[in-house]
Amino acid sequence: MNKCYLGVDIGSISTKGVIIDENYNILSSNYIWTSGNPIEAVKKLMNTLTILPGYKLCGIGTTGSARKLIGLMLGANVVKNEIIAHAVGTLSFYPNVRTILEIGGQDSKIIMINNGIITDYAMNTLCAAGTGSFLSSQAKRIGVDINDFGSLALKSKNPVKIAARCTVFAESDLIHKAQLGYKKEDIVAGLCKSIVLNYLNNVGKGKKILEPIVFQGGVSKNKGVEKYFNEILNTKVIIDENSHLMGAIGIAILSSKENHDELNLNINEIKFETKGFECKGCSNNCEVVRIFKDEKLIDSFGNKCEKGLKTF
Amino acid sequence: MDKVIAFPMMGNYHVPVKYLFSKISNCKILEIPKITSKTIELGSKYSPDFLCTPFKYTLGTYIECLDKKANILIQMGGGCRYGYYFELQEKILKDLGYNFKYYNLVSKGHTDIKKIYKIMKEINPKLNIIKSLYYFFITVKMVKFIDYIENYLRENKAYEINNEFDKTFSNMLKSFSKTKGLISFIKIKNKYKKRIKNIKIYKPKNNIKIGIIGELFTLMEPYANNNIEDMLIKYGVEIKRFTNVTYLLFEKSKKSKKNLKKLNNIKYKMGADAMDNIYNTKYLIDNNYDGIIHIKSSFCTPEIGSMGIINKMCEENNMPVLFISMDSNTSDVGFETRIEAFYDMIEMRKRNE
Repeated sequence: MNKCYLGVDIGSISTKGVIIDENYNILSSNYIWTSGNPIEAVKKLMNTLTILPGYKLCGIGTTGSARKLIGLMLGANVVKNEIIAHAVGTLSFYPNVRTILEIGGQDSKIIMINNGIITDYAMNTLCAAGTGSFLSSQAKRIGVDINDFGSLALKSKNPVKIAARCTVFAESDLIHKAQLGYKKEDIVAGLCKSIVLNYLNNVGKGKKILEPIVFQGGVSKNKGVEKYFNEILNTKVIIDENSHLMGAIGIAILSSKENHDELNLNINEIKFETKGFECKGCSNNCEVVRIFKDEKLIDSFGNKCEKGLKTF
Repeated sequence: MDKVIAFPMMGNYHVPVKYLFSKISNCKILEIPKITSKTIELGSKYSPDFLCTPFKYTLGTYIECLDKKANILIQMGGGCRYGYYFELQEKILKDLGYNFKYYNLVSKGHTDIKKIYKIMKEINPKLNIIKSLYYFFITVKMVKFIDYIENYLRENKAYEINNEFDKTFSNMLKSFSKTKGLISFIKIKNKYKKRIKNIKIYKPKNNIKIGIIGELFTLMEPYANNNIEDMLIKYGVEIKRFTNVTYLLFEKSKKSKKNLKKLNNIKYKMGADAMDNIYNTKYLIDNNYDGIIHIKSSFCTPEIGSMGIINKMCEENNMPVLFISMDSNTSDVGFETRIEAFYDMIEMRKRNE
């Protein structure tokens, strides 16, 4: 029996799953929308991932903003943040990489690597400016399908100027330019360019971006954004065909580093439920999140002190 | 009408402050409510949005205290624009219809014992100068001792074998609030010093050491920094923090001048603790710490000035640094991700050294 490992990356917008073998080859993978319900999304994802005959599952890892919840649900042996997962995943394909640019749904990050070790990283601050969710909401507003966004941007010869600092300013610029009658492709191209400028100004501020550069995360599939990264950084960024899966691959690799016997994965028949509950112990009113598996409490978090655990 | 004193909450300093006022004023001292999400909600509601979070936290605490019938408010603010908060907070609270007296113990950025005495005399006309100096002396000793023990905890708590530090420390604070005079204080002090030093620890030789620097209120009030210290201690990190009341009140004015001379990249003090944090960065780099976390409240102008220089120093010396800006947001998921990733990065670097 060969060993295989499952990695799941549950982001705010999309859920990514991958099964790899011991040599980190992808055996099965899928990318679906989270649609605001990570539990259902993971159930759906697991139905589409297949463990080939002759393989046994020996590790499960979860990452992404819902990593804690899904980690409990799947019985994961590794639960880690996205930064480490992305770096480990990328390093397995590009061992020489120096800079990883990542733009996801809600977060964007830059990771600097030297000799296979993370030396520095930065994430966007509290604001979601210049991330995937901004792009998709603007695409909807101007009536362009997000999948055609990149190719439409490539057609533009004269991208409009859009304020890059803040989404609120960017949006009012956008409305203004649209009302002036600019072509759709010019507006879309301007938007792609503003994402790149915003990213480099905010996340990449003060960082030395060294080559080779790998660009990943959902937004890396957008040809327009890729074009402006190349243009502004004056180089060619590498975009892997699996660039959207890197986090999931990374966490699967991390789960393989822990030696485990075969793990059981059977979530379809089991009912998972999250119940919020407001602790009245003090005026903090912590929202304690309780996770039930078949109506049995398996874990809870969100409390700031011990009181939150005692009250139920 | 009874006089009821209230003051803002910050870390564990309410214990010595309460002790001092209970001895030298003839007023009731309010049991100051701990900072919770309700405090910051109240504070943000009545504050101008662009002000930094310490303003909002202290205003929230004052409102909570006034609702509990406090009528004398004490503020200790100076250094940066915090020095002007006094007047603005007084105006906001008066506009809300509260009736109270408001005193700022700090004037022009300096603590002036004469002024404090004058204010206390106004609150309590029967105040005796010898008596107040005596209790002031004990309070200073108490603050210094609490800071000393907290520093020890930061360095060692991550490595305790049984969970004893937290309990012993909170017992110590409880005993301090019941201190009678100097002899009783020295007894309690010696007892707990011995007890805390005797707690068994196992500290590995190559442990991870992180320095945390930044704006003072956010550093010193755990609620304002999402309990960053506890989070790091859980990962098994030794913490170095320079900012505490001992430093701000008794050491800063002497050390600042000396430290400024040792820095060759800046010439002026830059306001508040900006220069001190740059000097601390140099200290952490020179003493082979593994990482620096700079934490401040949003819109803290002096620290914004220091960040660029700190970033450059860290880059030149290959020192990992994480900048965090806190606002009145209560969710800590994104915060946790950043701290966890910072720790993981340092751990990875260290393993591969």
